[in-house]
Amino acid sequence: MVVRVKVNDGWREAEAWPGASLLTFLRERLGLYGSKNACEQGECGSCSVWLDGALVCSCLVLAAQAHEREVRTIEGVTASERLHPIQEAFVEAGAVQCGFCTPGFVVAVADLLQKDPDPSPATVREALSGNLCRCTGYQKILDAVSLASTRMRGRT
Amino acid sequence: MEVLLPHSLDEALAMKGERPEAIPIAGGTDLMVDLNFGRRRPPAMIDLSRVSVLSGWREENGHVFLGSGLTYAAIIKEMTAFKPLLQASRSVGSPQIRNRGTVGGNLGTASPAGDALPVLAAYDAEVVVRSGARGERSIPWHAFLTGPKKTSLAADELIIGARWPRRRGPGSFSKIGTRNAMVIAVAGLCLTIDEDGRRVNVALGSVGPTILRATEAEQQMAAAMESSGCWQDPSITIPDQVINEFGDLVAAAAKPLDDVRGTAAYRRHGCRVLARRAITWALDERRLPAWL
Repeated sequence: MVVRVKVNDGWREAEAWPGASLLTFLRERLGLYGSKNACEQGECGSCSVWLDGALVCSCLVLAAQAHEREVRTIEGVTASERLHPIQEAFVEAGAVQCGFCTPGFVVAVADLLQKDPDPSPATVREALSGNLCRCTGYQKILDAVSLASTRMRGRT
Repeated sequence: MEVLLPHSLDEALAMKGERPEAIPIAGGTDLMVDLNFGRRRPPAMIDLSRVSVLSGWREENGHVFLGSGLTYAAIIKEMTAFKPLLQASRSVGSPQIRNRGTVGGNLGTASPAGDALPVLAAYDAEVVVRSGARGERSIPWHAFLTGPKKTSLAADELIIGARWPRRRGPGSFSKIGTRNAMVIAVAGLCLTIDEDGRRVNVALGSVGPTILRATEAEQQMAAAMESSGCWQDPSITIPDQVINEFGDLVAAAAKPLDDVRGTAAYRRHGCRVLARRAITWALDERRLPAWL
């Protein structure tokens, strides 16, 4: 079947196996490799994207369910060539080690800071509870969120 | 494999009538895992995520109707007056999962670990289902959930939602697992108090082939509240011994198995602890003045 999706502001279409996930469609049909394929069961959050503005695991969305809908991926988190302030904060805080979980975390943090620019530590933990990192022990990720939150509030 | 994309309920029901083998998909948080791991290859799927009429809720004639397509995120946002349902919804998965997962999915999957199910059981809910040819019927939750991952839904029917009588009184949902997020309950419990009917309802999840009600415990506690005068006067304390007996009766109602998530003995013990906590919270809440 042909699936047509608005991805990061541009309409794209490609053939998809009817049982394919949105994640597979993004990676293997549209060449968007930023969203990572790890657990394929919604446990790890590495494939987090926005579907019509809602944070979701793209591995648990049928590509066909995104047909004629809007998807924003890690590639669309910033329009410029520069890193997004959240990405800068991850680099500076040492919140990136192997990097595999990072795109999912950056998307989840962007979702959080867009709803709550100055979240409490408990809110940050709950908001990121669907994203797993096996390298950092999370403290540096929490530091990065705090850094990004401070900077983004300063800029707006 | 084929995916059908209806835009209205009538269209979806017509498709299900013509293709009874088609599996409905809404949030996809259960079905996609089976697809991704090659455990299931349904000949067809019907995507219900565009059938917007399923994703609302309303109160009507003293009852609450919750549409099968309502997500846990929407319940958390909109149904704050329904505390046990809110608590169960908050305990589902993660933000990503709650943005997709629906109550209809919990009902359709019929896993004894579905977090919304003990709440619906404690609410004495009916499951509303519809077929294009035969119309709508309501099935009591215990007749709908017939076994582990088994329901009495007919092949041409879709789950429309759940309906329960609105009641006055405190209640809670709690569950045991290894962490707060992304946990499949080892044991789950919903307790509700019906002040007007003078009833205590207790439903258990993850400790039997399907959701269980602890009817002996319910009757024991309601009777203890009656004989002590606690229904009229919430300041009257229920003795610890009665609370402990209540916990034992709830534990006795469980039919747990050993599995990878926990032993039967641990699950039974978990039910006892959850029951004692839940009744204590409810009795404490009854003592608070109405304005607080």
